[in-house]
Order: sequence, then C-alpha cells, then structure tokens
Amino acid sequence: MSSRTLPLLFINLGGEMLYILDQRLRAQNIPADKAKKVMNDIITTMFNKKFLEELFKPQELYSKKALRTVFDRLAHASIMRLNQASMDKLYDLMTMAFKYQVLLCPRPKDILLVSFNHMDAIKDFVKDTPSILSQVDETYRQLIEMYTPLSSGEFQLIRQTLLIFFQDMHIRVSIFLKDKVQNSNGRFVLPTSGPVPHGTQVPGLIRMFSCTGEEVTRLQFNNGGNYTAAIREGSFEIFGDRVTKLGTNMYSVSRPVETHMSGTSKNSAQHAKVSAAPNPLAKEELNLLAKLMGGLEVQKPGNADSGFRVNLFATDEEEETNRSMLSWQRSWESLQSLETNLPAPAARETTFWP
Amino acid sequence: MYHKEKSIQIKNSASALYNNLGVLRIAPRRLTYFTVVHANVVNMVSASWDGLNYSHRQLQSKEPNVATSTSLIMQAAFCALPSRDLLVVTSQKGIQIYESDGSIMVYWHALDTPETPTAQAVFARGISAVRENYICVGISSGAILVFDVPSKGSNITLSEVLEEHKESITDMAAECSGSQECIADLVSADDGGNLCVWKSGEEFQLLNNIPGFDMSCSSVKLWKGTVVAGYGTGQIRLYEAVTGILHAEVKAHARWIYSLDIAPFSGLLLSAAEDSLVRVWHLSMTPETNSVEVAHLHNECVTDTQICGAKFCDGDGYAFAVTGYDLSEIIRYTQT
Repeated sequence: MSSRTLPLLFINLGGEMLYILDQRLRAQNIPADKAKKVMNDIITTMFNKKFLEELFKPQELYSKKALRTVFDRLAHASIMRLNQASMDKLYDLMTMAFKYQVLLCPRPKDILLVSFNHMDAIKDFVKDTPSILSQVDETYRQLIEMYTPLSSGEFQLIRQTLLIFFQDMHIRVSIFLKDKVQNSNGRFVLPTSGPVPHGTQVPGLIRMFSCTGEEVTRLQFNNGGNYTAAIREGSFEIFGDRVTKLGTNMYSVSRPVETHMSGTSKNSAQHAKVSAAPNPLAKEELNLLAKLMGGLEVQKPGNADSGFRVNLFATDEEEETNRSMLSWQRSWESLQSLETNLPAPAARETTFWP
Repeated sequence: MYHKEKSIQIKNSASALYNNLGVLRIAPRRLTYFTVVHANVVNMVSASWDGLNYSHRQLQSKEPNVATSTSLIMQAAFCALPSRDLLVVTSQKGIQIYESDGSIMVYWHALDTPETPTAQAVFARGISAVRENYICVGISSGAILVFDVPSKGSNITLSEVLEEHKESITDMAAECSGSQECIADLVSADDGGNLCVWKSGEEFQLLNNIPGFDMSCSSVKLWKGTVVAGYGTGQIRLYEAVTGILHAEVKAHARWIYSLDIAPFSGLLLSAAEDSLVRVWHLSMTPETNSVEVAHLHNECVTDTQICGAKFCDGDGYAFAVTGYDLSEIIRYTQT
C-alpha cells in the first residue's frame, strides 16, 4: 500500500519506547547521569543520518517480525539491558499505544501531528545536547518535506496501511483500561461525542437546492451522537501547538502501566495462523534497517559494571513468579474453548508495578 | 425500522479499506455470497437464506505462477452482468477476475509495478460492471481500465484505458436503476474528490467532469441519473450526473465515509463511516421539477467500530450487512 508509512511507524513507536524507558529509568531510581546517557544513546541511534536516509526511502512496511528486530536492537543501543520478557512487554505497550493513536486520530492527516508530538518530546529529552539536537531538527525538516504536501486521500492510505499492520492486536493495557479508553476485550472505545475533525461539520443537516443553485429546503436529523464543532487545527511546522494530546507522554505522571497477557490467547492463536505463512523474503528483509541499527556502535564502556538491567517487572522475584504464572495460565487456557470470552479473573492479573 | 440479526462469523477480521463488503444475491439457489478483505486474503462466505448453511472460502492475491509474491488487496467486488456474475479482486500487483463463487480464476491483469518502490503507491481500486459486457477497474495513477467480457469463457480483453483523472481512483459505480433511458452509464471518483461521468461503448465517452474540493471521495453511486458521493469530511453530495448540478448536500457523518449503497427498487441509501454509524436515507426524484429529495430514516451504531463496508442485501433494501475494522463478523440488519 503506501510506500511512505515506515518513517511514521518508526518515529512514533520509537517515541513511545522512549516515554516508557524514561519512566522506568526514573521509577527504578537509576542514577540521573546513567539514565540520561541511556536516553541520549538511544536517541542518537534512532536519528542516525545513514539510518534515516534508508528509512525515508519509499518502501513497503516491514513485517511485524522484521520491525521488532529493529526495535530490539534500538533498545540495546546503550548500556541498558532488557530481558526477553521486558522487551516483549515494552513492544506490546509501544504498539498498542500507537495503534490507539492511529485509530483515534480524527483525520488521517492528524497522524502527522501525533508524530510531531513525539518529536517535540524527543527534542525535549535531548535539549542539552546540541549534536543530537541538530539530528532531531533535521528529521523535522525531512518529515515536513515528505508529508505536508500529501493530500487527504494519501494520508488515509498511510493510515490504512498502519491499520493493517496493527490488525487483530487487542492486548489490554492497564493505563488504557483505567482511563476507560480500552474495553476489557481489548478493543478501544470510539466515542460518538466530542468535537468533529477540522474540516468536518457537525452532522445533522440536509440542504436541498434548485437547479439554479438556491437553497430550497433545510432539514435536520438526529445524528445519534453528541458532537460539537471542530476546534482549531494544530501546527504542522517545526515549532507550534499541536492541539491534539495523542502522541504526548501519558506516562509523565507516575502511574502503573502493565499489559494483561490473559486476554490474548484467542488473538495470539489467530496471530500464529496469519504469520505461519512463510514469507520467503523475510530472511532478506531481516533486514537492512536492523543491520544498520546493529552496526551502529555506540560507545560501550569496557567496564562490565557500568551496564545495568531494566526490568519492566518491579523485581527479579516478581519476574520469576510471572514466568511460572504465565505457564500456568497457558495450560489453563488450553483447556478452555477458544470461543469463550470470559473476562480474566482478578487472580490472573499481572501486576508488576507497585 | 431495522433490527439486528444473527451475525455471520468470518475467518479473519476486515481491513480498513473503502467499500470493504461485497454482496451477491443468488435467488435461484436461495443463497447470498459475501466477500470481506483482510490484508492479502479475500474471505468469502456463502450463506443460505434459511440461515442454516454457511460455507467459507479464502482467496489470496498471489500472482499465478509466482510462488513468492503476495500483495495487499485493495478491494473485492461482485460484477453482475446480464450473462454472468464475476468476482473481481484488485491489489497492489494487479486485477484478478474469478467466477462468482471464487472457484476458478478466469483472468489476470498485471499492473506495471516498478522494480524499486516509488513514492507514489501502485495499486488497483474501484470496480464496476457496466451495461452488458464491460468491467471497469481504476488504478492509482487515475487511469481506468475497461475490460470487455464475453458471455462465457476466459477471453476477457482490455478494451480501452480512460485517462481523465489525475489522482488515484477510489470508487466507481454504474447506473443501477435498470432504466435504459439514462444517458450516463458510469461514474468514477478519485482522491481529490473529482467525479467523472461516462457513457459506455466501444469507446467510452466522457459526459461530464464534476470537480472536487480537495477532499477524497471514497464511495460513489449512480441512480436514476443522480450521482451520490461520500467524502472524507463526512459529507454526502448528490449531483445530477450529466449537468453537474448540485441537488443536495448532507452533513451526514462525523468522520470519513467508507461506504455507500443504494437499493435501486426503493431508493433507499445506506451510508457508513469511521464514526461507528450506519445511516439509512430515502431518495426521491421529481422529474417535473428536476429535483431530488433526501430524507433521513434511521441510524444504527456499531459500538466502538470503524465501519468499512455496508451494503444492502436485496434490491428493496429490506436487509443490509455491515463490516468493521478488526471485526471478524458480518453484522446483519433486517426491517422490522
């Protein structure tokens, strides 16, 4: 479909990853200088000139597996280490967050505003480091150059391409469940109220005209919702008020964030079915971006002690508990029929953030 | 006015694509076929009218003889010609035409895809049967391919390429009232909201070009010489096809419209959008005053779903079916 989707996918997922890592580094009281180094190293890698050059070339979206490899490598572009379970959780959170943002965008073009929200936050993370800052500014320019001329239809094609990428993902995220933007079945809430998108008018009016163009009749109808007029449009420039909150840091207030593994059995079965069809190109596509990413050697200190692990679980002990809990869950689920849509009982919830 | 019936479960969820539901009613066998696109697969269901039998089939968008290529499907639609019914599937690589039950592929047309991807995407989208023997398919470049279809067999030929649109084709529709008096046979829509009105024949003739307003027209219908067009702004506009006169403008939906359909015998209009709403309207023509009236009849809300396909299941509009992004079912409604 659209050959201009990958840069937006990468930048937005990268932005979400940085939000989560930033919050986790603070929550685990990692010393400020180490935390800053981690963030800077990852952002430097993300905005590496050669990497971005490749990213912005017209190309089809990578497969889920291939993109995951790119992010695995990005997450390890610093002295920080994530174990497998943490990396899985991180990726789930990132993808569900961006899926939410894409779905809730009032207009397809607003995905660009979401991207700018992520970029604005990244810029803030590195505002004290001029070298990285200039890389980030250059990326703004590339985004503006590539995307601002696109028509509404071309943006919708990008959005449709992203939605195919996120198809059938219904992982429940606690922060979304608590805010009531996601249902217990993993699907996002789509309100039929609130402001209409910029360029749209509140539904409810039929106007009929004569052959000479005069309005002859006006009829109103019940629109079945509770809509209000559109608010002002966000800025598409390097600086500006983006207006939308989608793509801003929802972890900046310290709150627990977790994913519920239990609701995903049905979907992961479906997932497995879909990705089972072998993609002969997969080996090759694994993949130019990942290779570029892996080849970017950030200054790794020789001293092994300076490396540290970040767990998205609170303690190692909880991590062990979770592993056994997960395998218990799986055996329990295999006894259940796939048709059942029971909500997860409280005992099976994975709470790993105090 | 309508109540919900039992849904039909499908093997995969529907992808977010315009007009993502195909319906073909086969009265002699008391069956209805449905098609729903999921990424690179078309899910087909054959549903018996008594509700007792459902059979499923999946079609993939593979090029024949090329083992490794897969491409995303943009649309699957039934083309009902007087002599035969066919199923047309359009993708990034080309156009496939099957027998209506999906059993045999009758024809394959490859698009000119460049070696390395270009900034402008390449795909086919917008499908319509026209008059006795034509099937028209739109292309991302704005071109429209006209295929000549024999009454049986696979000797389908490319008859003409219409180059009028400058932006990607989004949807196309043929005059569906059955009236032989209508001059306009086909309307095509593009990403800029421009509408072209055509008369079919050995050489298709452009009757009118109705300019858009820089907003994509995602779905279009043609009934009794009136074009009904749905836009990304949520507006529906009705134009007289041949003259381009604007009959009516409806602030219909709060989000991008994804599907329109008309029940030709009753003049019922169905519209569906990303805003989770399906609306039923009534169109009436007054030839004496050359006016068209639009009345709103009914709303259905498919909670928390961005709708991508909505079609009437019969010519009177007694029943309609709906698909939504990430939903693995076809939701059905019938009149009370």
